[in-house]
Amino acid sequence: MPTSPAKPGGPLLTADGTPLKTSLERSLKLSKLRALGLIFPPLLFLLILFVIPIGSLLTRSIDDSLSNKVLPKTLAAFERWDKTSEPDESMFEAVYLDMKAADKLDLSKLGTRMNYEKSGWRSLIKITTRGLKRIDGPPYKPAMLHLNKRWGDIEFWQSLGAMKDPVTLGYYLKAVDLKYDGNKDIMKVNKHNRIYRMLWWRTFLVSMIVTIGCLILAYPVAHLLATLPLRLSNLLMICVLMPFWTSLLVRIVSWMVMLQQNGVVNDSLVSLGVLDDGNRLPMMYNFTGTVIVMTQILLPFMILPIYSVMKTIPPSYMKAAQNLGATPARAFIRVYMPQTIPGIGAGCLLVFIVAIGYYITPELVGGKDGRLIGNLIAHHMQNSLNWGLASAMGTILLVAILTLYWVYDKLVGVDNMKMG
Amino acid sequence: MPGDDYLVRFVNIQKSYDGETLVVKNLNLNVAKSEFLTILGPSGSGKTTCLMMLAGFEPATHGEIYLKDQPINRVPPHRRGIGMVFQNYALFPHLTVAENLAFPLDVRGMSKVEKARRVKRALDMVQLGGFGDRRPAQLSGGQQQRVAVARSLIFDPDLVLMDEPLGALDKNLREQMQYKIKSIHENLGVTVVYVTHDQSIALTLSDRIAVFDDGVIQQCAAPDVVYERPENAFVANFIGENNQLTGTVVEDNGDTVKVAVGNGNIVEAKKVKVEGVGSPSTLSLRPERVVVNPEPGSLPNVFPAKTEELIYLGDHIRTRFSICGNVDFIVKIPNSAFHAAISEGDEVNIGWKAEDCRALDVWPCPTPHS
Ligand SMILES: Nc1ncnc2c1ncn2[C@@H]1O[C@H](COP(=O)(O)OP(=O)(O)OP(=O)(O)O)[C@@H](O)[C@H]1O
Ligand SMILES: [Mg+2]
Repeated sequence: MPTSPAKPGGPLLTADGTPLKTSLERSLKLSKLRALGLIFPPLLFLLILFVIPIGSLLTRSIDDSLSNKVLPKTLAAFERWDKTSEPDESMFEAVYLDMKAADKLDLSKLGTRMNYEKSGWRSLIKITTRGLKRIDGPPYKPAMLHLNKRWGDIEFWQSLGAMKDPVTLGYYLKAVDLKYDGNKDIMKVNKHNRIYRMLWWRTFLVSMIVTIGCLILAYPVAHLLATLPLRLSNLLMICVLMPFWTSLLVRIVSWMVMLQQNGVVNDSLVSLGVLDDGNRLPMMYNFTGTVIVMTQILLPFMILPIYSVMKTIPPSYMKAAQNLGATPARAFIRVYMPQTIPGIGAGCLLVFIVAIGYYITPELVGGKDGRLIGNLIAHHMQNSLNWGLASAMGTILLVAILTLYWVYDKLVGVDNMKMG
Repeated sequence: MPGDDYLVRFVNIQKSYDGETLVVKNLNLNVAKSEFLTILGPSGSGKTTCLMMLAGFEPATHGEIYLKDQPINRVPPHRRGIGMVFQNYALFPHLTVAENLAFPLDVRGMSKVEKARRVKRALDMVQLGGFGDRRPAQLSGGQQQRVAVARSLIFDPDLVLMDEPLGALDKNLREQMQYKIKSIHENLGVTVVYVTHDQSIALTLSDRIAVFDDGVIQQCAAPDVVYERPENAFVANFIGENNQLTGTVVEDNGDTVKVAVGNGNIVEAKKVKVEGVGSPSTLSLRPERVVVNPEPGSLPNVFPAKTEELIYLGDHIRTRFSICGNVDFIVKIPNSAFHAAISEGDEVNIGWKAEDCRALDVWPCPTPHS
């Protein structure tokens, strides 16, 4: 080897004497930079529209700094208090000074926030804010008690304990029907106020039923799509994709026409004599309606991944299995179905994930017992403006989905997944 | 003819996919027990179709197929008990090699012990002893092919069909595998129907070759017969290298004919498939049967030729002459001590025996694809 400058065992050198490793790194660096340049725009997009909002979602769900900002003296006085005796003058003074110094807007936000811990806070804060200028000096306790006698109620004072930390898990607790008491111990909320756990369970149940329903309906369709001659399968494909091209609202309304008490389905059942006119089936504005409509809407998400996997399975496998002595049914179960598992997995994952966060359909056709967690999130975002709680629920949903994905990865392997 | 030693008989089989054209036209073919029969033909000639009809995946449009003298047209594929090696092997990707091999035994309800014994024997037969736990995707093409062969044999079928199983392999491996298949056939005594468009495989492996074209068997005979004594111009052309001279019959002597070819030369040839005086004919002549500069008077056919091109191939020299109006006349000159030393542009005489030159019909036939 006359041209190789390397001694045996020493580092390999290129022709100009630089170590091989260095020049390899240098040559790879350039292509890495170029790759980075290419992915930069989508990366930026992802960062701005995905990572940052999710980050703010997470922070909002645990953020409780407002009370610290607005009521620093009050919370300090609260710390010194023994939590059981009647609040003394110093505590009232602290509240007066804090509220005097506070911004009007902050105070109203604070009222809303404090109301989550004990209802009555909002109006108390409002009344006090308005009456503040009528108080003209110490002692503050009688003056404030005069403004509203709730200031003498020790429970209001005790509820401050849940707000004293700048971060809180309170929203998460609330999302599963738990709460802090005055000592920051976790306890269940009142029986008649419990709604969230039931909603989580219902959401899970609906997603499960919809996923299974989609799978049962999609599998034969996908198989037909994959095996029909091209011309027919194209036609069928158009039928499958049609829902994608139709407005969601139009589809939901047409389901309403179909399923309501005087709808097409009930009318035909009655006219066929299957049903009594008095016993028309309630299929709309309830659980059943939600399940039926969601199944129809999410069906393509199941069909397409399964179809794309089936499309890649050559017919020779089925032939080989039969040639080896398996009946067509057995060949289908032993040879064909196992090969479609990646598609089934991808379809189920997709449908389940979309279903678990669905809210338009339940909103429109769900009625009272068809509402899902997504509807509550929307409600807290838009109506009650309890963004902290909405964020906490959103985060729980996100974690649930990631967990699901992880489990799927363990069971089937994400590399095997075919999305379509 | 029941009672004969035929395992498979195709009787007047016709097949059409679209109801307009016949892919297989009136096929009559018998396969004897323990025979290695190759169906050889160009792409699209309907070979796979024949195999699929035999395996039961395509119904015959007309005619009947007999397996051990039983008509099987209405027997579903899984009850025919015919082994098959598919063109793409069709090894089940989600099962290991051992599970693939055990599949036909499973569906036959074989005991665990017996299954294990057979799988081991089959793996040893194709020299893949340690590969039972692998997935097909983890095997090379040749190994996959061997597994496919083993799988088609593991349930002891009387008949195994192979559809171009060596098509995807490179040349070396193809040669290796073809001897492997041959030895398996000889050891097991199983009947094999093998489909290919590769004539060298067909010549090496087969007991008989059925040359298939245009939905018709052109000739069905032992490899040496097909090669040495092709019955028509298609077979002569398709198998082996072949020089062709076209002309018109001018004299019919019963056994031999005289044919007028280009440049007014008259060639004496063996009469195989020509009509008679005045009809057109293709003369077929193997390159290795041609002698350069023969002794004067020793051969009936001697003509002057011009050397156009020499290609050195080691053991022989491939030489292209123009002769009797044909500029593509190939002669293989052995690279022996006595070979004629010629160079490009030389004018030489070349000659051949009358019986080596076969007077055949004209190909392509006047109505090839009607
Ligand atoms: N399922 C089918 N439907 C319609 N036509 C078909 C079908 N299968 C084959 N054909 C046609 O039948 C003819 C013969 O096909 P076949 O597959 O038997 O050819 P082959 O001899 O096996 O060719 P190759 O060597 O390329 O495999 C072809 O013209 C093909 O187009
Ligand atoms: Mg073929």
